[in-house]
Amino acid sequence: MGNELYNEKVMDHFMHPRNVGQIKDANGIGQAGNPTCGDIMKIYLDIEEIDGKEIIRDIKFQTFGCGAAVATSSMVTEMVIGKTLDEAEELTNKAVAEALGGLPPIKMHCSNLAANALQDAIKNYRAKKS
Amino acid sequence: MKMIYLDHAATTPVDNKVLVEMEPYFIDKFGNPSSIYKIGREGKDILCECRHRAMSMLGAKKPAEIIFTSGATESNNLAIKGVAIYVEKVLKQKPHLIVSSIEHHSMLDAARYLQKYFGYELTLLPVDKEGRVDPQEIEKSIKDNTVFVSVMYGNNESGTLEPIAKIGEVIKEAKIKRSKGKNNLPLVFHSDIVQAFQYFDCSVDRLGVDMLSLTGHKFYGPKGVGLLYVRLGTPFLPQQQGGAQEKNRRAGTENTPYIVGLVKAMELAVAERQENEKYIAELSDYLVSRIEKEIPEVELIGSKDVMKRLPHVSTFLFKKVEGEAILINLDLANIAASSGSACTSGSLEASHVTKAMGYSDLDAHGMVRFSLGKLNKREDIDKLMEILPDIMVKLREMSPIK
Repeated sequence: MGNELYNEKVMDHFMHPRNVGQIKDANGIGQAGNPTCGDIMKIYLDIEEIDGKEIIRDIKFQTFGCGAAVATSSMVTEMVIGKTLDEAEELTNKAVAEALGGLPPIKMHCSNLAANALQDAIKNYRAKKS
Repeated sequence: MKMIYLDHAATTPVDNKVLVEMEPYFIDKFGNPSSIYKIGREGKDILCECRHRAMSMLGAKKPAEIIFTSGATESNNLAIKGVAIYVEKVLKQKPHLIVSSIEHHSMLDAARYLQKYFGYELTLLPVDKEGRVDPQEIEKSIKDNTVFVSVMYGNNESGTLEPIAKIGEVIKEAKIKRSKGKNNLPLVFHSDIVQAFQYFDCSVDRLGVDMLSLTGHKFYGPKGVGLLYVRLGTPFLPQQQGGAQEKNRRAGTENTPYIVGLVKAMELAVAERQENEKYIAELSDYLVSRIEKEIPEVELIGSKDVMKRLPHVSTFLFKKVEGEAILINLDLANIAASSGSACTSGSLEASHVTKAMGYSDLDAHGMVRFSLGKLNKREDIDKLMEILPDIMVKLREMSPIK
């Protein structure tokens, strides 16, 4: 990693984050992080039922946080867009960090919470549905 | 891309004039000052000369009042531990220590260490929203067994100056009261002048201090060298054993080239004091006015009165944005600044200084400090302002905080 704080892939997601923003009529909204750590991540889902399958048609995020927090949020949206909810529910923070080619150890527990925000959004969708 | 360095409160580059004076003491005049032959004696001579020069710049009375150390961290540790442990072990009394809540970690953590492992009493002084200690609060906190009070001159995060001379008076009166009674305990007033020395007169009698901590690298001197001023008659126990150096108070072969560098840097700082203070205050004023004008939802923390600020430190609270995210964007443009954000400190905790000033953890994460130096130009600020507003817009668009 040389003298860089983050690897190239993390930097790319931080500087050019995918799917930033809100979804107006989101049917699932979730949040993770806490102010003490300095990371707050919010995920918006647009889920559609097609042939009995719940598909993530659109996903957006808003994040207050460091480079790792933004990059993991961006990565999560890329990893689950177009996937079924059952598939998305399998996504873990560890898998997100791996997909980014790794994060500095100190960032692993504080800023790597984007999958939690996603899971929170899915829970919110399911609760609304039932 | 030329680097724009805006983090002088962290450290500064060594002035070439300093480096030139240090050089002979690495290879030609490398002798151990404790040795009897010629180059040893030369080392001893230059040390003696440096001690006199440092003494005069601090308005000290005797060369023995200057103890050269490895920097302000050591000086702060030596000061508080030296006095407190003396009181317990030699005077057989339980010491009470008073330390402001905005001190550098080298003072705060040493104080907490003494509290935790030695059972000493510790009072952490609160500060107001601008980060200032109230001298009356000190007066109220002094007890019969109070032996050490530490308040820094200028804070590296808030930029706020503390009323050191006023606190000095309060302590002097407490000492007089004490001497009239039967209380023989010392009452030592210590101040960390690391950020302030280069801009303000730090004569020990003007400040009314018994101890001062200083390091070289905040004003174009080398890292790894500093000093502790100890007023004659101030009792303390040395914390490092193994040689008679520094009159038995700090063992270890003297770091001659670095001490030469420290003292030269002190002299340059004193000689350039007024000029640098004026120049940097103007530059900071320009920075503050542009940021306040061009970026919404921003607050300069610390004292609003320029007369009560360190001229070089401006810390801004950028609402809804996280500090590290700002710093990385700046770093990509080769601009160096620092943040109160936990992410950048390695400790994952928000700054204790801004917390003491009443800011929330979330606020602390949105703080960025710009600290200017004598080599900065107006163009550096212009370059910063070419990109900073856009960085803010981009990061705020991304923020879930409304």
